[in-house]
Amino acid sequence: MDGTLRTGTGDPIPAGRTVGRSPGRLAWMRLRRDRTALVSAAVLVLFVLVALAAPLIEAAYGIGPHDQFQRRLDGFGMPLGHAGGVSGEHFFGLEPGLGRDIFIRLVYGLRTSFFVACTAAVLSTLIGAALGGLAGYLGGWLDAVVSWLTDLTLAMPFLIVALALTPTLALRFYGQRDEVPPSFGVGVLIAIFAVFGWTSTARLVRGQVIALREREFVAAARASGAGLGHLLVRQLLPNTWAPILVSFSFAVPQFVTGEAALSFIGVGLTEPTPSFGRMIYQSLDYLQTDPAFVLFPGGTLVALVFAFNLFGDALRDALDPRSAR
Amino acid sequence: MLRFLLKRALGAVLTLFTVSVLTFGMFFALPRDPVSGMCPKNCDPQRLERVRQELGLRDPLVDQYANYLKGIVAGRDLGGAQGGRCDAPCLGWSYVNNEAVTDTLARVLPVTVSIVVPAAIGWLLLGVGLGMVSALRPGSWWDRAAIGFSLTGASVPLYVVGAVLLLVFVYTLRWLPVPAYTPLATDPLRWAGGLVLAWCSLAFLYSAIYARLFRAQLLETLSEDFVRTARAKGLSNTRVYGKHALRAAIAPVVTVAGLDVGAALGGTVITETTFGLPGLGRAAVDAVRAGDLPMIMATVLVAAVFVVLANLLVDLLYAAIDPRVRLG
Amino acid sequence: MTAGEPLLRVRGLTKHFPVRGGLLRAVDGLDFEVRAGETLGLVGESGCGKSTTARLLVRLLEPTGGRIEFAGQDISRAGRRALRPLRPQMQIIFQDPYASLNPRHTAGQIIAMPLQVNRITPPDGIRARVRELMELVGLDPEHDNRYPHEFSGGQRQRVGIARALATGPRLVVADEPVSALDVSVQAQVVNLLRRLQRELGLAFVLISHDLAVVRHFCQRIAVMYLGRIVEIGDRDDICRRPQHPYTRALLSAVPDVARRDRAGRVRLTGEVPSPLDPPSGCRFRTRCPSARERCAVQEPALIRRDGGNQATACHFPAGASA
Ligand SMILES: Nc1ncnc2c1ncn2[C@@H]1O[C@H](COP(=O)(O)OP(=O)(O)O)[C@@H](O)[C@H]1O
Ligand code: SF4
Ligand SMILES: [Mg+2]
Repeated sequence: MDGTLRTGTGDPIPAGRTVGRSPGRLAWMRLRRDRTALVSAAVLVLFVLVALAAPLIEAAYGIGPHDQFQRRLDGFGMPLGHAGGVSGEHFFGLEPGLGRDIFIRLVYGLRTSFFVACTAAVLSTLIGAALGGLAGYLGGWLDAVVSWLTDLTLAMPFLIVALALTPTLALRFYGQRDEVPPSFGVGVLIAIFAVFGWTSTARLVRGQVIALREREFVAAARASGAGLGHLLVRQLLPNTWAPILVSFSFAVPQFVTGEAALSFIGVGLTEPTPSFGRMIYQSLDYLQTDPAFVLFPGGTLVALVFAFNLFGDALRDALDPRSAR
Repeated sequence: MLRFLLKRALGAVLTLFTVSVLTFGMFFALPRDPVSGMCPKNCDPQRLERVRQELGLRDPLVDQYANYLKGIVAGRDLGGAQGGRCDAPCLGWSYVNNEAVTDTLARVLPVTVSIVVPAAIGWLLLGVGLGMVSALRPGSWWDRAAIGFSLTGASVPLYVVGAVLLLVFVYTLRWLPVPAYTPLATDPLRWAGGLVLAWCSLAFLYSAIYARLFRAQLLETLSEDFVRTARAKGLSNTRVYGKHALRAAIAPVVTVAGLDVGAALGGTVITETTFGLPGLGRAAVDAVRAGDLPMIMATVLVAAVFVVLANLLVDLLYAAIDPRVRLG
Repeated sequence: MTAGEPLLRVRGLTKHFPVRGGLLRAVDGLDFEVRAGETLGLVGESGCGKSTTARLLVRLLEPTGGRIEFAGQDISRAGRRALRPLRPQMQIIFQDPYASLNPRHTAGQIIAMPLQVNRITPPDGIRARVRELMELVGLDPEHDNRYPHEFSGGQRQRVGIARALATGPRLVVADEPVSALDVSVQAQVVNLLRRLQRELGLAFVLISHDLAVVRHFCQRIAVMYLGRIVEIGDRDDICRRPQHPYTRALLSAVPDVARRDRAGRVRLTGEVPSPLDPPSGCRFRTRCPSARERCAVQEPALIRRDGGNQATACHFPAGASA
């Protein structure tokens, strides 16, 4: 199936090939032929662009995330007009109560969400790849320790520990009365995700490395005198991109919803950091009175996570053609 | 087999021990006066001091921990204000709830179990069903619809699903009562009626994982040698699917399910909060909010016990189900 | 090529793998030497310990016992640091041309790897050296940015050969270098190896389960059975006057020899015993047509008989002193 022509006479030059198609390039070509992958990737790119260009969008839109429009609320603090105050001026309407613009808050919330989720995913994937790779290659006691660490991590109830740890850490670093800067909250959130999120990457990478380490190209490098660094980084790592990329692409949406879940129990990001999760959580109070307020952030979140999951599936299929059917 | 079991059991005990040390360290060693959190704002200094004394907070940390462990294994005497003698799995006394921690646990655990067990059955059936539908006709509209449905479940935060369900079925249509917990033994119908929305939300959320996992596994095993051999031997499709492929494909699903159920039994925090059900997850959140240390320790530990036990069980089941697995 | 210290000297080399069910004696006491520029063929059925021997010689494995001397230096227990300066001088070619090349590296990267690992900078630079090597093994140097999956099996094996030659080794161990290839390609690769061996003056240990491959290539041949050498000697002696029943059996399987020597034909029957529990006395006795009582009691030593170069481990060698 690899397109190599074997005629059985002499050493045939494989037919009809351009030079230097790496396995990565081939996966890329498979991905490009996949319609689901294309659509979900386009959606993701759009989200990323919006997140990156948030200040530009603010400038063009003319409304900031903290601007309040109390005049457009009625006596009960509910937005005037239909669908939660949707108008040419306020694309997605206004928040009940404070009267802030939902659209621009979503744009900034997206930015925070992406930043937190992507940073945490990079960290957790790095930890997982390093631990899984070492455990898989060296085996023995190190492998036992890593698999025990995995069990330990999985045994700690994530939400409860996060709930308990977040204020405790703030107290540790800032004392009872100090103002805790927003960046600290973001940092703690990322750290918690990274510490709890590495296990699945580690498991995947470990499995891949175990399958690879007995291959003769690893032996060839050892026979040439290669050290552990070369073996892991130059020989094995290039062959573990598939599980690493796939687990990264699943970690990001997991952390996006994770932030939303933490907001729900009150340990997500706090004001004034714009946050998707907190916005959705706050909107739930208005489920009956102002459903549009639930719909816009909720719909955006679902679209984002859905696109990520679809893309992750497509990526896995493209990287592992055996699973694509 | 026995050696394998022994090794796993030893690892499990070590994991639990470490969880307890970590929890203990996290909450006792950090610079937060555990007592001030336990007592409302204007609480007199004498009472605070007495509580400190009774909790043994003046002792060295190692002693405190040793006492705690001793309480779990052999029980201990907590002193008059804490209800005196505390029997064998003694997890301490909660000043907030004013009762022994084990009593609180005995009250909240049945709620969580009542949520998780039927929900797990639901998500397994739904997930495996959807996965099978899409694996039998990969690429078809059935496949897409099943995967799309399950992916939606994975993409919506549970509390949003819960809120919408509540709005529709409880507040608008009034088909269901406001969710509440009634013990199964008291009134099975009210038990189910009060929990059904929680079951549905959880099943919707989790089925996605299972549908995708089962689909991938089934496709993989269908292309494996032993399935092809079975076909070549002339077994009918039903036999091939039923006897060989399903059996092999279900093994990883069992692994994941075991771990998920284990984790969920440790407290379905979001579900319980959304539907206002007084389970272990809610108790944990309340304990953290109130700074109720013995209760925090207990909930974390109980959650860890569930995960570890599930892990052990899964290993055994796995060996029993998958014809290819040998114990290593 | 007669005088001088041997480049490789192996004494009592053993490798036992602890496995479930006991000790697996994969290699169980080998003695042989290879001089500079000399070719030694190692033949034996699958599972007799050839690959394990190959991996021991280039110290991918640590021996359980015995000694390996390379260029006068004992390397049997040497660590990575001590082996470092010797690595460029001894290289290995693997059997499987698919598994032995990193699928994510280009041919150029693969061939350059030993140079980079050993921080060797050739006079004209690494790229020029890679092109030179590719030409040497009969590959188009323009294909240096192709990936392994874009080559045919034979071409891949050539890439593996070029990699082994990159550092200019004095000893090359080739473990079944052609047995995974199409028959038509096998001859080409064998011829390439032979040409390279002559042009570069390499010492060669060529491992094969097929006596026919080794016979045309090697000056000396060692026959292995269940982790031991049962007969070793010059090619002509081994092929014309095989003394060990096992060697005779192997020769009978080679088509043109079989035709010539119909009378002395030996057929192998039965299964190879497990290296977990080798037979007492002579390990070949369970399949040997000339086995007698003594064979079950006493293990035959590998000894020379005619004062020649041929040594045989058999109590009742055929044609001895005949
Ligand atoms: N790493 C290992 N662990 C256990 N047994 C091994 C290992 N490598 C090889 N063996 C066993 O050693 C014996 C010789 O193997 P090998 O050297 O590969 O033989 P050959 O190359 O002649 O076919 C075989 O029985 C094989 O199963
Ligand atoms: S020693 Fe005996 S059994 Fe062994 S090869 Fe010679 S004759 Fe056969
Ligand atoms: Mg071999």
